[in-house]
Amino acid sequence: MNKSTRFILFLVLLSTAVQAQTISQIKLKELQKVLTTKTDRIQVINFWATWCAPCVKEIPLFEKLKQDNGGVDITLVSMDFDLDPDPAKVERFVTRKNLKNKVVILAETDPNSWIDKIDKNWSGALPATLIINTQTGKRKLVQKELHEGDLEKLIAEVNN
Amino acid sequence: MKKLVVVVCALIAMAASPVKEGLEVGDTAIDFKLKNVDGKTVSLADYKDAKGYIVIFDCNTCPYSKAYNQRIMDLNAKYAAKGIPVVAINANDPAASSGDSFEEMVRIAKQKKYMFPYLVDETQEIAKAYGATNTPHVFVLSKNLKVTYIGAIDDNSRKADAVTKRYVEDAADALLEGKAAPTPKTKAIGCGIKWKSA
Repeated sequence: MNKSTRFILFLVLLSTAVQAQTISQIKLKELQKVLTTKTDRIQVINFWATWCAPCVKEIPLFEKLKQDNGGVDITLVSMDFDLDPDPAKVERFVTRKNLKNKVVILAETDPNSWIDKIDKNWSGALPATLIINTQTGKRKLVQKELHEGDLEKLIAEVNN
Repeated sequence: MKKLVVVVCALIAMAASPVKEGLEVGDTAIDFKLKNVDGKTVSLADYKDAKGYIVIFDCNTCPYSKAYNQRIMDLNAKYAAKGIPVVAINANDPAASSGDSFEEMVRIAKQKKYMFPYLVDETQEIAKAYGATNTPHVFVLSKNLKVTYIGAIDDNSRKADAVTKRYVEDAADALLEGKAAPTPKTKAIGCGIKWKSA
């Protein structure tokens, strides 16, 4: 192996190491499946966007929850598509923040036609977080920035 | 006076119950007295000849507000002359969103040459009474402050030239014709209003 091949190999390895998590673009139907499929794991779904300052601020709470509580499924649903359908910004963000949670992009237009199908009490404002016990149908919707301890409290509430 | 008592009672009831807050289509909105970017206070009652109002909760910082900025100016240009002026209100707490200070509101209104008032809802009481949640969030009101439309400006935030449904224009046109808004309520993705921390 000559010097330049080794260098190229090094670059390839480096690029895989910092490669962005591939983020899937999903449709409403797939999101609804997450909200309704019966499982004994509590579903925690956070609606956020890269441009939303309070969203970005609360994301570490979801990362911490993933570490602390293995019994919940967390999905971070990016709503960036509405203003910017190019996923690059979301991918860069996820890479830069080194997010461990599952991130998806909801790739749907005309939000008025589907916001109610996610939760009829949701105004569409970000951030918003849904905590669902799919077994009992109990759900909590929070339409503001979360703070330390809020998620744990909400999870306990839907578990009752 | 009776009306005022009812309104005050309604406000107290709203403040007391966390369940139901804000306006629905068909409700009567309250008037307000808020400081404009020119330092003067503005009320809906100041518009003696208005046939209605397009009240928009907006802000300086939200990318959706920025995306809709020109469209809001265009709405006022089109409908103020017909008797339905735009009245914009910023309820964002500048402590939570520093770009939403009054000084920034003044700067933006000047820079963009707003031809409509841009008011500050410092206590956030008007945003709460109306049930505003997003920016921009529109309430079309009749002359008698009856709510005829609540929601988004149109159905495409990203591209003004790709819009297919102009909800606010349709509501304003209907108001001028004495008809109900064809789509009285819509929802949109947007920035949440930055509430003061309790």
